[in-house]
Amino acid sequence: MNVLSLVMSSSLVLISIFISYYQKLGVEKEIVIGSIRAIVQLTFVGYILHYIFYANSILFTLAMVIAMIIVAGNNAAKRGSGIPHVFYFITISIAFGAAITLTALILFGSIHFRPQEVIPVSGMIIGNAMVSSGLTVSRLKDEVKSRRHEIETYLALGANSRQASQKILKIAIKTGMMPTIDSMKTLGIVQLPGMMTGLILGGVDPVNAVKYQMMVTFMMTSTTAIACFTVALLSYTQFFTKNHQLI
Amino acid sequence: MKKIKFIDVGFKDHDDVILKDISMEISFGYIYTIIGPSGAGKSTFIKLINRLIDPTEGKILIDEKNIKDYDIIKLRRRIGMVFQQPYLFEGTVEDNIKYGPMIRGQRDTNVDYYLSMVGLDKSYRTRKVDDLSGGEAQRISIARSLANEPTVLLLDEPTSALDPASTQVIEDLVIELKNKLNLTIIWITHNMEQAKRVGDFTIFINNGRLIEYGNTKAFFSNPKNDLTRLFINGKLTKEGIE
Repeated sequence: MNVLSLVMSSSLVLISIFISYYQKLGVEKEIVIGSIRAIVQLTFVGYILHYIFYANSILFTLAMVIAMIIVAGNNAAKRGSGIPHVFYFITISIAFGAAITLTALILFGSIHFRPQEVIPVSGMIIGNAMVSSGLTVSRLKDEVKSRRHEIETYLALGANSRQASQKILKIAIKTGMMPTIDSMKTLGIVQLPGMMTGLILGGVDPVNAVKYQMMVTFMMTSTTAIACFTVALLSYTQFFTKNHQLI
Repeated sequence: MKKIKFIDVGFKDHDDVILKDISMEISFGYIYTIIGPSGAGKSTFIKLINRLIDPTEGKILIDEKNIKDYDIIKLRRRIGMVFQQPYLFEGTVEDNIKYGPMIRGQRDTNVDYYLSMVGLDKSYRTRKVDDLSGGEAQRISIARSLANEPTVLLLDEPTSALDPASTQVIEDLVIELKNKLNLTIIWITHNMEQAKRVGDFTIFINNGRLIEYGNTKAFFSNPKNDLTRLFINGKLTKEGIE
């Protein structure tokens, strides 16, 4: 794709600005800011990746992955605002999920420890874990608020905070995992996912592209499950005192 | 367990004073009813006893030992609590009654025995909780607390959502349980007649302060405090004196 084609395709943003203006949605400014941010961020990342791929350094690769995790943790933590230490819990959970999945993929020989492979794969799993762990903490917070009476009933019967939270933990973890599970169900039928589309556009045979997409699907599912489970288990403790009292 | 003693107990929620300077004794084996306007601090008072919350001032002793020195989980099993809205867990009546014993590792709970304690026959065992009436659900929540074999039962307005017939059943049941199991009952009620009917002793809390407590008969026939007199005569509400 040449630069002119790219500039012309950017004119499509005008459609969304027009709809926003016509329907008085009041999001024209946000669309413009979002578009500019996307251009600046992607250009910046493009150059960074170009440098890292060229340098082919383990240190730079890991630094890039860690930076992705921190930014993802910071973004997802907004959904859990009010929960003490939520940024650390989400960041740890995303890192944990990503580390297990990446290690497994490398050990299974699905990818090699090269920046060209590790960074895009990390981006996909970290992005997915960011959304799911954000959903998990947000739901956890809502459930504790709306089910205070239920939790106190458990505590009054002699349950500890873990036992009293069993049900809300299940709900919160499930909420975080459902978008990934749902998208898995319609994969290839309703949507041709990002990686597969990219490979097909890049000229790879669709059958081969499907193999990669399958790997991406499995790795996203595992990372999501690990991140949601970990963040829920770390966060629920913040709603209780050490004496199993609901705060 | 023989006595609960409150010594200068207070509770603050951030800057809001919910309870202040509560000093009193509760002797075991009796029914204590707690009365007072809405928002007086009655529910907070009983939540302090099973440590769902801790006092921010003063201390509570059970048999001269600070309740903070008891194992909190064991304490909550000894001091059961029944709420205004009986939250029953999904599943059957049996699942609910077995819950307390199950989480402490006991598998052989005699469900029929606890059902009989609340005047229900064993056919209820397999009933789904969604199929129960309000009165039945409240009886199951009492049976569920009894399965922990408590010595004290805290009741937070257990009949306020029930019809008169179900209310009568619960009142009779609680009096019977107290006599049969030598339970100590601490019962919050908004119903003055109910307090007279069931209480051996009555505690009056207003605006976070313990105004008066004593033998129920003397409390209602000859209140010592003017605020108590006003409240009994329906002239003291949450908003103040009418």
